[in-house]
Amino acid sequence: MREGFSNIRIGMFLEIATTVGAVCGAFAAAKISPSILGVLFGAVLLHSAWISTRARPAPRPGEKDDPLATRLRLNGSFPTPDGPRSYKVSHVKTGFGMMFAAGAVSGLLGIGSGALKVVAMDRAMRIPFKVSTTTSNFMIGVTAAASAGVYLNRGYIDPGLTMPAVLGVIAGSVLGARLLPGAPTMTLRRVFGVVVGLLAVEMIYNALAGKL
Amino acid sequence: MPARAPLTDRRMDEIIGALLRYGVMLSGSVVAAGGIWYLIQYGTSQPGYHAFRGEPEYLRHLRGIVSGIPGFHCRRMMQLGLVLLISTPVARVAFSVLAFMLQRDRIYVVITLIVLAVLLFSLCGARS
Repeated sequence: MREGFSNIRIGMFLEIATTVGAVCGAFAAAKISPSILGVLFGAVLLHSAWISTRARPAPRPGEKDDPLATRLRLNGSFPTPDGPRSYKVSHVKTGFGMMFAAGAVSGLLGIGSGALKVVAMDRAMRIPFKVSTTTSNFMIGVTAAASAGVYLNRGYIDPGLTMPAVLGVIAGSVLGARLLPGAPTMTLRRVFGVVVGLLAVEMIYNALAGKL
Repeated sequence: MPARAPLTDRRMDEIIGALLRYGVMLSGSVVAAGGIWYLIQYGTSQPGYHAFRGEPEYLRHLRGIVSGIPGFHCRRMMQLGLVLLISTPVARVAFSVLAFMLQRDRIYVVITLIVLAVLLFSLCGARS
C-alpha cells in the first residue's frame, strides 16, 4: 500500500453515500432480471476497461474550492519527491451523488465499483489521481461489506462457491502486491483493459443470448 | 492513557492497513480450513449450480454460523470465514470512530457512526 496518499476524511464522508447506495442496490438486485443485471455488469466492466487504459488526465490548476470541503476538512496534501503538495476538493455535492450511484451499482452487481468511485473523485471532485485511487481502495471494502450483509441474510451466499473465490482472490492479491513495484504501469493498464474488456463482451453476449 | 501520543491521519492509515491485512489473513485461513474439510467430504460429488436455491436458514445469520464451530461443520466454517472477511471493513470503521474521538473531531465521529450504523443494519437486520 502506498502510505500517505489516501484521505481518510474524504473516504469516510463519501462512504455514507456508497454504503446507503449499496444497501439499496442489494435490495433492488432481487427484483431485477438476470439479463438486465448482466448487460449492466458488462457496461460497467467496459467502462472500467476504457478508463484504465487512458493515461491520467493532466492536473487542472485554478479550480475554485468548495466551502463545504473546507467545513468538512476534506482538503489535504500528499507526498511528492519535492515535498508535500496540498490540494483542494471541489463539487462535494456532485461527488456525493455520484458515490450514491456507484454504491447502488456495487450493491446490484456485487462488485466494489472502484472505477466508478475514481471517476467521481478524480473527474467531479478534482481530487489528485493518486489520492483518488488509494482512497477508493479503502472505500471498496466498506461498500462491498454493506451489500454483502444483505446477500448473506437473504441466503445468496453459497459457501461452496465462495470458498474457491475467496482463496483465489487472496492468493492472487498477495502475489499481485509482490509483483506490483516492479511492473511497468502502462503494461498493467493495457493488460487490465484487455482482460476486463473481454469479460465485459462475454457478459453482455451471455445476457443477450439468455444464458444467465 | 499514555502521554496523548498524537494520532495523526497518517498513523491512522497505518493502523487501519495492518487491521485489514490481519483480518484478511485470518478469514482466509478459516475459509481454507473449512474448504479442505469440505473437499474431503464432498469433493467427488457433482455440484448443481444451474438452478438457484437460497441457502438454508443456518447459513444466513451469525448465530447459525457460529453454532457450527464446535462440530467443525465445514459449510458453516467456510461461511464463518466469509463473515470474518465482511467484518474486516466493519472493524475498520469501528476503529475510525475511536480514532476520530481521540482527535476530538466531532463532525467525523458522527459521519463515521452513520457509516457504522448502515453497515450493522445490513449485516444484522436487513431482511426484506
